[in-house]
Amino acid sequence: MLRFLARRLLLLAATLWIVFTITFVLMRSVPGGPFSSERRPPPEIREAIERRYRLDRPLVEQYFGELGRLLRGDLGMSFRLADYSVSEVIAEGWRATATLGLIALAFAIFVGGGAGIVSAARPGGPVDGLVRAVAMVGISLPSFALAGLAVLFVVYRMRLLPAAGWGTLPQVILPAGCLGAVYAAEIARLVRSGLVESLQSDWVRTARAKGAGRWRIVAGHALRGSVGPLVAFLGPAFAGILTGSVVVEKVFAIPGIGYHFVEAATTRDYTLAMGLVLLYTLLLGLAGIVVDLVQAALDPRVDLER
Amino acid sequence: MPQRLSGIAWLAAGVLGFVAAVAGLVPLLPLPSPRAVDTASALEPPLKGPLLSRSLDVGRDGDASPDDWIRRGFGDVGPLSRGLLRLRVALFGPLEVAGLFGRDELGRDLCSRVCWGARVSLSAAAIAGVVSLLIGVAWGATAGWAGGWIDDVMMRVVDVLDSIPLLFLVVFLVTVLGEDSVRLTLDSLGIGRLAIFYAVVAAVSWLSMARIVRAKVLELRGATMIEAARAIGAGPARIIARHLLPNLAGVIVVKLSLVVPRVMLFESFLSFLGLGVQPPDVSWGLLANAGFRALVPFDPAWWLFLFPAMALAVTLLALGFLGDGLGAGAERKWRP
Repeated sequence: MLRFLARRLLLLAATLWIVFTITFVLMRSVPGGPFSSERRPPPEIREAIERRYRLDRPLVEQYFGELGRLLRGDLGMSFRLADYSVSEVIAEGWRATATLGLIALAFAIFVGGGAGIVSAARPGGPVDGLVRAVAMVGISLPSFALAGLAVLFVVYRMRLLPAAGWGTLPQVILPAGCLGAVYAAEIARLVRSGLVESLQSDWVRTARAKGAGRWRIVAGHALRGSVGPLVAFLGPAFAGILTGSVVVEKVFAIPGIGYHFVEAATTRDYTLAMGLVLLYTLLLGLAGIVVDLVQAALDPRVDLER
Repeated sequence: MPQRLSGIAWLAAGVLGFVAAVAGLVPLLPLPSPRAVDTASALEPPLKGPLLSRSLDVGRDGDASPDDWIRRGFGDVGPLSRGLLRLRVALFGPLEVAGLFGRDELGRDLCSRVCWGARVSLSAAAIAGVVSLLIGVAWGATAGWAGGWIDDVMMRVVDVLDSIPLLFLVVFLVTVLGEDSVRLTLDSLGIGRLAIFYAVVAAVSWLSMARIVRAKVLELRGATMIEAARAIGAGPARIIARHLLPNLAGVIVVKLSLVVPRVMLFESFLSFLGLGVQPPDVSWGLLANAGFRALVPFDPAWWLFLFPAMALAVTLLALGFLGDGLGAGAERKWRP
């Protein structure tokens, strides 16, 4: 357990360092530094800017200086958003991103899990066919395609929900639904196939023979077999929702981290983009470790040392 | 390899074949140029204008030769496309089918743009497929076959590459590439943004293939049949070609059917954010992005979003059904 944690955290640290080095090299490979192609400022102003962002030092010194600052948790100042530090942007954005992601994840688990259970109750039946077809479509539709269709029909045709913005419940429903739909579909398929298999198992037959009711069998006995694959899927799902929120935040104008990330990329805000790339690397790595730990706690057959 | 595909998997294969044929043969189709601006009929809904029209200059002015017309209308196209375009002029003359899917805000024909966009979207998928076949299979097979420290080193490389969130790194790369001075340098080296984009797509596509092939090779290496082949004096080349590869084919095909749609999604994702394929090239993600911006509350130009998104969704859906069919077929084979 401790060895597992140490190994994974070490891998995560190495990954962060590699990502930092790549982004640093890319950023400084722009000839003349990141400010070169803007309107040429007078030399004094230029020097002042370079001093402020420490671009006037030798490259090696800049590299270790930035690495040191990073280790102290200081991500530096944004290049474009005047007087904003990267940490301040993250502090402002994380609430929206976390809310959106958690609601989307909850939507995926409950809707997907429910659909999977209903579908597995009568395999081959009409409900099962419908769920499987919808799940297949859900997996194939990119989140922005779903978002566009939703805006077109739900917002403009039926006028049920607002098209963009953030803060009220109706404004959350559409983005969270679009973000979670793909994972709801995947979870429905996972739960269904796990349930169908365990409903044919010996222990379910025994439970049935002892007179347990239909829902007791499903909820108390058969469903436990699907939990393992479901937890294993939560890792990729978390990563996908984090990535997908970049598009969804952009589409619905939600002031989260993903929105700032796209803005940073399109306005060439190097420090902000770099800080957010490192943040995403950290989050994805930590999520992977947590999922592996939960899996091992749930299933004694999972060996963390391997 | 699967022995029997279900009906729906065959249907999916047919749809994919159709999309691939359209993408490959689009220069031959009598469609307007995807870049031909016609502001007079901007934002014309589908099927509103006259369906058949004559393109303005080909054959009408005496001096406009087909080659001039091709260069003006389609930009620098490859020799194959140029040949197909010439054939098209010979076949259809100036006749073209316009406005089938409506027109965009510059009056460009959307049907033509979707068909030309299919080329970029599908070639991204094809490149990912080829790279994961070549690098992924070779990498995984070498690691699995060699074992020992070679295997260790090779798989650690995959682990580290896999733990880097490439999508975010790619966005950062695009940030740098957006700088004018960088773009000029690259252009002078003859590296277009499309080429960089394809390289990025290739780099992310082979990791999972390497993993699964290694696992399968490890499993096969200890198998009795391989030992038997070695016992009767078969060399490594023969064992790999005759005994290993046929048994790997199943996993490779199934994995490929997962990799290809993922890469198409990746392409559309980046292009949708405006960070992937850049104008004047077109791809489905880029068209969907433009279409999404046209979804304004009053009088939304729905066709601009709907057709590219549908093209993408139908292709991905077909890939999904085909992958399911192949997976099921392969499983049937493995568990007799």
